[in-house]
Amino acid sequence: MGSKKKSFLLSFGLFLFLLLFSNAEAVEQDIPKKFFVPPPPFSPGIYPCSQCHAGMPANAKPRKLEMMHQDIVLKHMPGGWCFNCHNPDNRDKLRLANGQLISFEESYLLCGQCHGTVFRDWKTGLHGKRTGMWNGEKQYLLCVHCHWPHEPTFRQLQPMPPPARPSNIK
Amino acid sequence: MVQAVAVKKFFIVFRETLRGSNKYYAWLAFLSFLILLGLSAYIDQLNRGLISTAMRDQVSWGMYISNFTFLVGVAAAAVYLIIPAYVYKFKPIKEVALFGELLAITAITMCILFIMVDMGQPFRVWHILPVMGAMNFPSSLLAWDVLVLNGYLTLNIIIVFYVLYRISHGKDYLPSIWPLIILSIPMAVSIHTVTAFLYNGLPARPFWNASIVAPRFIASAFCSGPALMLIIFQIIRKIWKLDIENRAIFKIAELVAYAMAINLFLLGAEVFKEFYSGTIHVYPIKYLYFGLHGHANLVPWIWAATVLNIIAFILLLLPKTRENFLTLNMGCAFLIIGVYIEKGMGLVIPGFVPDTLGEIYEYIPTMQEMVVTVGIWAAGALMYTLLLKATIPIYTGKVKF
Amino acid sequence: MSKIRSNPSGVKLDRRTFLKGAALGLAGTALPLDKTDASFWEAFFQKHFREMNDDEKKKVIQRLEKEYEQKYKKAIHIGSEKPMPGVLFGYGLDLSRCIGCRRCVYACVKENNQSIDPQVHWITVLRFKKGEKWIDLEESEKYYNPQNVPEPGYFYMPVQCQQCENPPCVRACPTQATWKEPDGIIVIDYNWCIGCRYCMAACPYGARRFNWGEPKRPAEEINPNTHYLGNRPRYKGVVEKCTFCVQRTRNGRYPACVEICPVGARKFGNLLDPQSEIRYAIEHKRVFRLKEDLNTNPKFYYFFAYGR
Repeated sequence: MGSKKKSFLLSFGLFLFLLLFSNAEAVEQDIPKKFFVPPPPFSPGIYPCSQCHAGMPANAKPRKLEMMHQDIVLKHMPGGWCFNCHNPDNRDKLRLANGQLISFEESYLLCGQCHGTVFRDWKTGLHGKRTGMWNGEKQYLLCVHCHWPHEPTFRQLQPMPPPARPSNIK
Repeated sequence: MVQAVAVKKFFIVFRETLRGSNKYYAWLAFLSFLILLGLSAYIDQLNRGLISTAMRDQVSWGMYISNFTFLVGVAAAAVYLIIPAYVYKFKPIKEVALFGELLAITAITMCILFIMVDMGQPFRVWHILPVMGAMNFPSSLLAWDVLVLNGYLTLNIIIVFYVLYRISHGKDYLPSIWPLIILSIPMAVSIHTVTAFLYNGLPARPFWNASIVAPRFIASAFCSGPALMLIIFQIIRKIWKLDIENRAIFKIAELVAYAMAINLFLLGAEVFKEFYSGTIHVYPIKYLYFGLHGHANLVPWIWAATVLNIIAFILLLLPKTRENFLTLNMGCAFLIIGVYIEKGMGLVIPGFVPDTLGEIYEYIPTMQEMVVTVGIWAAGALMYTLLLKATIPIYTGKVKF
Repeated sequence: MSKIRSNPSGVKLDRRTFLKGAALGLAGTALPLDKTDASFWEAFFQKHFREMNDDEKKKVIQRLEKEYEQKYKKAIHIGSEKPMPGVLFGYGLDLSRCIGCRRCVYACVKENNQSIDPQVHWITVLRFKKGEKWIDLEESEKYYNPQNVPEPGYFYMPVQCQQCENPPCVRACPTQATWKEPDGIIVIDYNWCIGCRYCMAACPYGARRFNWGEPKRPAEEINPNTHYLGNRPRYKGVVEKCTFCVQRTRNGRYPACVEICPVGARKFGNLLDPQSEIRYAIEHKRVFRLKEDLNTNPKFYYFFAYGR
């Protein structure tokens, strides 16, 4: 019984290790450069998260938020919860599925875990907006600049006015 | 010394244009009034820009270019008189071919005026000239048009001057000028063909991008030009008591009827192809004949033109109505109006409606555009009047050197 | 008067009287009489841009800068950057992303000094209904004005100059006032265009705009960074159109419409560079060009990056 449990733990550990290792390698190969992005679009005064969360116990139970963050109703990943992405122990970091902690500036790695094809296009410059030089330094935007991570569908905008009709150009 | 004689002769001829009855002076005054009106409207347009017209990006050519197109047809029609006159030596027409050439000169001048008033930067007109400017030859059909129109104008001026010179000196003119006269036949066909190609060569505009456009241009030109001539002949005959044979008039009318038959046939061929195949290219002709998405400004006009053309065809085809001056003139008038609509706005506007992105802007010329147009027609009428006034005394032998 | 000239008959005529007489004589011809100075005639006889050498270009640009400064009371720089070697500009537009918000239209106006009144826009955004007909231009709507975009059941397609490799407008122009530059951009010399609008009839994409009236724009809204062949202020009676922001792109920058697009639907780059975004789009996505059957060979590629 005991040895069975032991071997299971060992193999699971090995599996996790390999997963972590291979993933880290893949990430390193995939992203040879660091993307030049503006700071993440935090709500004013909300970051660092640790200013409130430090010392607060993490509650992994999905529930309606009542004390804080009431504006967040998760419409992303049915059945998901904060700690799919946010790191429970240090809230100033995000956490990948493999347990690796990343900063908010690298949140594209987090999104890229599921949205692989989009992530690939984003890296080449096809998905999302680029500014700067077409033949040089480009500024990228983070996924979250356009997609609010808790409800990522692109929000409707008010269009600019239609052109003047030819009969009204006088 | 030679120059002095030439100047003196010029003044002798020029004096003829100043002589006339009160009716003549009233006519000149009337035309001058219209010209001044047109000129003032044009100066206003020059100051404000073409925004004073109803043309916009969607319909970027309008009444001016429509008139230009119609008049190229009128100018080309001079050959319709030349062919039987000089080539087949049909004497009754030969005697009046001169007036056809004068009409060609007038029509080309009006064409140039219509192009000038349509230009956004008329003072830069020298840019379009060869050597001096940067003419895009042979690539641009508009460059071709500049060349052939001016060539045809020059050719006709030379022919008319030479013929009048010889007549005034009591000499025969035909032996030395006939190569130029023969040359003017392909030239006349070419001005109309090139003008047709101007539209034809634009794949962006399916309504124009049909190979049948050039033949239709020529067929309709051979209707409207001679029809106009027939009416003018009768006026000349009445005012100057000139001896123009009925035979000449009836012969021309008969030829007009044949041209109209071809014109109607080509129209039918076009209508069949567009409507039967029903590609996206059908929209402009649909707009023209039936209206599109509730926009139908041109519909009554084009049906009027079609009906007038058919009636005119019948009137000129049947010998009985052709040789009756009332029905003959009715036929000619119908035909001129019909072709003016069909080869004017009826050709130019549907090229732009719907526009290349599918928008429908219904163009209705502004008062300003119409006044300028009337002014140019008045200028043409004045020019033709003065030309006749100067040349008929030579033609009749009243003025001799 | 300092300059007295005598004519053969001995009648003395000073220069100003002479000019006045001449001016009165010309009054009917509506020549701009207040500009009897040399600059008017310099402008009148200005050569075609491509026939000028660098010295002549410099002189012309100096004169134009002076004219603009007088008109707008601010310094306006007119650049004349040449095409970069080994560059052929291409544009991509992701139809699966465009939401029809028209931000590009107005960013373009702001950057390129179009006339505000009468209104000139270089970009047209068309709205199509999803369903049976898809891209049928006859069914397109240009004047849509809902509260919010994108509207369910619709998709949007912006159209601007497609910078054809085989441009019908260049073929049509009777004066060579418009031509294709080596980097693929179709440009216009606004001082050479005669305003005949044959190019507008020839363009299958409705990309060319005419200055029907005097272009009017408040001086404070004038973008002073211009290019001779691009966004310098234009004149009444000449044609203009999109140049892929030649004043920006020849200095390595993205066009204004690319940078404003809130959904990143607009892509721009060098078609000859295999690493460029535009090449990636063409090689990996479903691409089409507008009215391909006309053989105009646009360098403007519409693509669909995703279904959804």
